[in-house]
Amino acid sequence: MFLKLHQYLEKKSFALLLGIIGVVSVGGLIEIAPLFYIDSTIEEVEGMRPYSPLELAGRDIYVREGCYTCHSQMVRPLRDEVERYGHYSLAAESMYDRPFQWGSKRTGPDLARVGGKYSDEWHKLHLENPRAVVPESIMPPYKFLSERELNYKSIAAHLNANKRLGVPYTEEMVELAVSDLKTQLDEYADDYDGFMARYPKAVVREFDGNPDKITEMDALIAYMQILGTLVNFEEYQAEKDENLR
Amino acid sequence: MTTALKKSHFKDDESLIYISGILIIGFIWSLFAAHPTGVSAMLYPTLEMHGYMMLFFFLLGILAVVYKVGNGVPKIDQSEYEDGVIKAGVIATTFWGIVGMLVGVIIACQLTWPNIFYFENLPWTNFGRLRPLHTSAVIFAFGGNALIATSFYVVQRTCRTRLAGGMWPWFVFWGYQLFIILAATGYLGGVTQSKEYAEPEWYVDIWLTIVWVAYLMVFMATLYKRKEPHIYVANWFYLAFIITVAILHLVNNLALPVGPLDAKSYSLFAGVQDAMTQWWYGHNAVGFFLTAGFLAIMYYFIPKRADRPVWSYKLSIVHFWAVIFIYIWAGPHHLHFTALPQWTQTLGMVFSIMLWMPSWGGMINGLMTLSGAWDKLRTDPVLRMLVVSVAFYGMATFEGPLMSVRYVNALSHYTDWTIGHVHSGALGWNGFVTFGALYCLVPWLWKKKELYSLRLVEWHFWLATIGILFYITSMWVSGIMEGLMWRAYTDLGFLEYAFIETVSAKHISYVVRALGGTLFLLGTIIMAFNIHMTIKGRGLAKPLDGDVPLAKKPALPKAQPVLVGE
Repeated sequence: MFLKLHQYLEKKSFALLLGIIGVVSVGGLIEIAPLFYIDSTIEEVEGMRPYSPLELAGRDIYVREGCYTCHSQMVRPLRDEVERYGHYSLAAESMYDRPFQWGSKRTGPDLARVGGKYSDEWHKLHLENPRAVVPESIMPPYKFLSERELNYKSIAAHLNANKRLGVPYTEEMVELAVSDLKTQLDEYADDYDGFMARYPKAVVREFDGNPDKITEMDALIAYMQILGTLVNFEEYQAEKDENLR
Repeated sequence: MTTALKKSHFKDDESLIYISGILIIGFIWSLFAAHPTGVSAMLYPTLEMHGYMMLFFFLLGILAVVYKVGNGVPKIDQSEYEDGVIKAGVIATTFWGIVGMLVGVIIACQLTWPNIFYFENLPWTNFGRLRPLHTSAVIFAFGGNALIATSFYVVQRTCRTRLAGGMWPWFVFWGYQLFIILAATGYLGGVTQSKEYAEPEWYVDIWLTIVWVAYLMVFMATLYKRKEPHIYVANWFYLAFIITVAILHLVNNLALPVGPLDAKSYSLFAGVQDAMTQWWYGHNAVGFFLTAGFLAIMYYFIPKRADRPVWSYKLSIVHFWAVIFIYIWAGPHHLHFTALPQWTQTLGMVFSIMLWMPSWGGMINGLMTLSGAWDKLRTDPVLRMLVVSVAFYGMATFEGPLMSVRYVNALSHYTDWTIGHVHSGALGWNGFVTFGALYCLVPWLWKKKELYSLRLVEWHFWLATIGILFYITSMWVSGIMEGLMWRAYTDLGFLEYAFIETVSAKHISYVVRALGGTLFLLGTIIMAFNIHMTIKGRGLAKPLDGDVPLAKKPALPKAQPVLVGE
């Protein structure tokens, strides 16, 4: 019977093609489709917000430089990882990451909770010449980031693209994108309060210590300083029904 | 007049009309891409660079078509095989193989001697930019060209008919090279989606889609007009590889560009959903690109070289359907202990373990095909290469299920063990089976009695084998060591090692790894020399006369597997 069926399939090229399509479709549908509906993967957790314009620009630089090839952003619920890096990562913490940056390799340490752990100055020195700060490091140098000006003119279009994909940026956020980007580098900016209302917990500083120009280094450090800091784990109750996965 | 012209010029070959259509549309788009007015790209000035490159290549394509038509469109002799495109594929495979492996050696050296191999003013030489170049160059440029070339060869021989589609196979070949060049230069410039093995940005993805659909059509149309009643087993695998890669590519690369002339895009999926989609893609890039496709190579070249029928027809049916059904499920084993729901992780793990059996079904079928011809392993280094590739396939497909077990994965994930595992598959299985196929193809295609030198094949074989052993053993050591160090505790209950201590502890392993990679690269360079000399007809590569194309020979039941034990 089985051989008969196969005799048919291997004589009809289109039947074979359709057979293959049918067989390879099953697994993906069963594993992927439910993730768009079940609670543990789509639930919001208090504190999560879309990236500020400067953070988004920094994230794009993180992607451009291929940081994900050596750094993961996913703390697993294992004792040593939780002690080394901090609370294990929640699904909601990467809900605005398009694409996700969980990574697959730790040639360098996990960065999911690197925000606030090191000073801006340390990040700058380390990125410019990793071995100046950590002699055994094998990380590439990123000195050019401090020299290159960030081209932020089209940042609103970037927010807008995310908005169209469902990231909850408001009209106001898109409109004020350029101004918000500058505000995040200046604690005394006029719109400081408005910015903080739009992007709570944002770190506002002159990140690379060079007020004369907005560099790619500013953006990247702004992004790194927010990583893993948005959810308040003193209030987060892992044992609550809704948080059990 | 025009119809008369069309009739006389395009008698067999209307493909050129459609190909020129695609080229002209591409040309027009790249005109805009080269001068994106009013768009100030935040990240990449490279769309302009790509715009100019595409402009150049599309123009070149159009000129080539005009030149062809001007010389009178090639009359297509349906009784001859189309071998030109396969010859081009053999050369491209060799070339990209060396490029990809060389970049691999460079980035291995960067991780070993960072003070020497990094240049602070050359961002494009950094590890993060070169690593995707290495992976894509070996998987898609080296492996992809090998698959396209061998599939075109095998489908013609086993269907006893010429490739369908006139000039379309050439479009597939050159279109694919353009994809590689755009992807590679993009990585160097920082154009990436950061999805592993799917890094090219949206416009490159669209181009690959066009090329891939053309590839599928050529392959299907050739199957459709075959002169054999049965479709040979290798073609099932090729077909599964082509169609599934198309599906994976389309779904995983869904993204919204920032603008029609901005290279940057944002993924349609986010977070967990994106992770699952990516590793559904990523694992099946392994499953269908690097497994199904290369099993097809195995199913043609091992029986041919050993001059023995495939061992078991029934086993090939069972393991074919089992492999393609089960592989698709295995993706979540890349996401153990992450924020992906546990049931999905468990499904991925269970199916990965189940996958072991059908994988070994393929290995057994390949190895047992040598029944009665084992002595050839001693005398024929090419066959030995093919057989050792199957042995590495068996090893990698045992190690894979082992590493997919959740608690093994807790140790192995994020470490160099994964890198070692990948390379035992990529160097041992994909590399060796490709080398074996190339060593077979070159004398066949260029009509030579034998390769230029079998002793050089021996050298290649042993250099590469020792290289692989250095590579995987050093990665086992460094991977398991760092995994254990990360989780080591002191008697007082503190973490014993800082992260950086685990980095410096791996230095010696990295030296050995770089050495292993260098040996493997050296072997490939020797192969390139051997191929070059064979084509030139030196040494043992005496010209072969009186070759009759198979299509002109009387029908032989050659393409049908002999049923053992029926």
